[in-house]
Amino acid sequence: MRPGFLDSKLLKDPRHYQILTLSALLAFGWHSGIFEITTAQFFAVVAAACAAQALGSFLIATHPDYRSALVTSLSLSLLLRADAVWPLALAAAIAIGSKFALRLNGKHIFNPANFAIVTMVLFSGATWTTPGQWGTAIWFAAALAGVGMFVTYRAARVDVPIIFLATFAALLFARAFYLGDPLAIPLLRLQNGALILFAFFMISDPKTTPDGTWARAAFAASAAILTYVMTFHFFITDGLFYSLAIMCLIRPVLEWLNPAAHYQWGDKVRPPRLPHTFSVKNTKPSKHPLPAE
Amino acid sequence: MKRSFKKTLVAACAGVSAIALTGGAVAFCGFYVAKADTKLFNKASKVAIMRDDDRTVITMSNDYQGELKEFAMVIPVPVVLEEGQIHVTDNAIIDHLDAYTAPRLVEYFDEDPCRTYLYEDELRVTAQRSIAESPVALKKNSLGVTIEAEYTVGEYDIQILSADQSDGLATWLKDNGYKLPEGAEKTLGSYIKQNTKFFVAKVNLEEQSKTGLKYLRPLQIAFESPKFMLPIRLGTVNADGKQELFVFALTRSGRIETTNYRTVKLPSGMDIPVYVKENFGSFYKDMFSTQVKKENENGVFLEYAWDMNWCDPCAADPLSQAELRELGVYWAGGDTGSRPTQRRRPAPQAQDVFVTRLHVSYDAENFPEDLMFKETGDRSNYQGRYVLRHPYQGDSQCEAAEQYRAELPKRFESEAQTLANLTGWDIDDIRKEMGEHGQSFDQPKQEPWWKRIWSDSDKKEG
Repeated sequence: MRPGFLDSKLLKDPRHYQILTLSALLAFGWHSGIFEITTAQFFAVVAAACAAQALGSFLIATHPDYRSALVTSLSLSLLLRADAVWPLALAAAIAIGSKFALRLNGKHIFNPANFAIVTMVLFSGATWTTPGQWGTAIWFAAALAGVGMFVTYRAARVDVPIIFLATFAALLFARAFYLGDPLAIPLLRLQNGALILFAFFMISDPKTTPDGTWARAAFAASAAILTYVMTFHFFITDGLFYSLAIMCLIRPVLEWLNPAAHYQWGDKVRPPRLPHTFSVKNTKPSKHPLPAE
Repeated sequence: MKRSFKKTLVAACAGVSAIALTGGAVAFCGFYVAKADTKLFNKASKVAIMRDDDRTVITMSNDYQGELKEFAMVIPVPVVLEEGQIHVTDNAIIDHLDAYTAPRLVEYFDEDPCRTYLYEDELRVTAQRSIAESPVALKKNSLGVTIEAEYTVGEYDIQILSADQSDGLATWLKDNGYKLPEGAEKTLGSYIKQNTKFFVAKVNLEEQSKTGLKYLRPLQIAFESPKFMLPIRLGTVNADGKQELFVFALTRSGRIETTNYRTVKLPSGMDIPVYVKENFGSFYKDMFSTQVKKENENGVFLEYAWDMNWCDPCAADPLSQAELRELGVYWAGGDTGSRPTQRRRPAPQAQDVFVTRLHVSYDAENFPEDLMFKETGDRSNYQGRYVLRHPYQGDSQCEAAEQYRAELPKRFESEAQTLANLTGWDIDDIRKEMGEHGQSFDQPKQEPWWKRIWSDSDKKEG
């Protein structure tokens, strides 16, 4: 790679990769009949998200940036289903609305798409998630993970999905070992497209993960433990999504324990550094606080 | 088994327009192609599940064929069941549910192309039913195992067991004369650690003879549990080859799907060659196995998803409120045996019951884990429906008729391709069969255009 290539404007912002990969996934899923979402639903989601973004930006007098809205739209299109058009459009509006309405310390509290999924699933029977619909073809999960890894690396949050998946996998294998189950069972659970998508495209969102390295590790690991407990002890199908919403509520505590500068889209991509580097260098306030992005 | 569907004929004729007008129905016609026949499946189980929040009623139908005294089954259950939570019901109800949800073949007869209007007739040709067997057949017979309860319900002697040692139950079962298949111990151990209880049923020969029946009636259990699942692992332990399972879910909000395996709609709504009418069974079986392969052997197939208030076309009438209640739909009015409005449109006195039919062909390799379900809010209708279009046989002569006949070979070819794709059957064999059944690929001889210009007037003069 040429020097400076990664610093080019187009490649610096990880959302560009996200939009590209999520679009490709949606197109693939659409084409192969895996994702049952209509064209009308998809465009309604995008329109509602962009409208909410425009309105929110207008209200707080900032320039609207539609890239995040697009990423959220794609995530919702991949993970949430409905019979009608309005529930998905409503979900998109709730997602983007939460970015403006639910804020603390200059950051939005919840991952937008996650908040919308949790809200809609809890309070409306009109939408549902389809965790099994991705199929378990291992190549698909692997491809997704590989692409996701790249995207996440570009977003400097590669540690989140790795810690999340490693913790969850460890718990699954420990369970299988304890129960005397064949390894095929934990492997089946790990080969789930929704889980991989969640790990690489949702929980790893740099805006809603703690900025401090240790806080982030605790965040990811705790989310995995919560997911496991909800799924296998309380038999909650959507435990995956609830776990992130709960962790986002706890996040301010983690950030207080391990403070660091807020991430801004396009920040330089660097592998995680040693903790002392963070405490010395990265505690300065951000130079360009864009409130809602 | 073949059934006569004469009584559904009239309603089915009106069915076409309803299909065309219903958004959901149009969608399935357009997207999915296939057909199915379930009666040919050996080693098949039929299970009906009523699920509403944590409330669950499971009805297990079996067509055990061997010596009744040899019959036994072990079923993992999440809670200790009291006597009133176990019930025996009539086979006919499950058969009815099966028939109502069965993949269907419909027939259309092309009209005389020379007539200025067209209407279509549709008729139900046949529906197929599945055969059931207990998920696991073990034998009777103690060690660290607690018999939580013992009941005789109908023709069954039932024991509810709990065990706290992984090998305790296995040993107990063996000591009590049950033939435990190799490998079952490990699976039992896994269930025990998950605090699962076991429901062991044997036939009480005395009670059985009182019933005067030659077969065993379906067993039902009612309980509350957050676990919405169906244990299939024990059934895979001693299985030689794949087993067929049909799940009929009765829910309030919408269809169910599996969360740990992909739920796939079977192809539906396609035109296939008319000769398939004679072997719908083998067509469905081959089509199903082709689809199973296509889904890497680990797909769960949706065969029917519909509001219980109606059907269109109907393979059988919707279930009555009494039947639904018997299957555990406790919110259905149980006062009368009155049937809901049949066919066409949903009845005004909505029963709020949504039925899902899932078909799984499973073995230990491709289905290592039990089936975990979730109820969705999806109320869109889907049915496995396959269409036969009989060409017009009359000898009408007009331009439209000529054009119609000229188009036929193209249509037949497309039907042949569809059939080959769905079933993996040889395309040449298909074409040959079609030719023998009046679907010829030869272009009809066309009269020269000028023959019709003066023919009539010449005849008059002559």
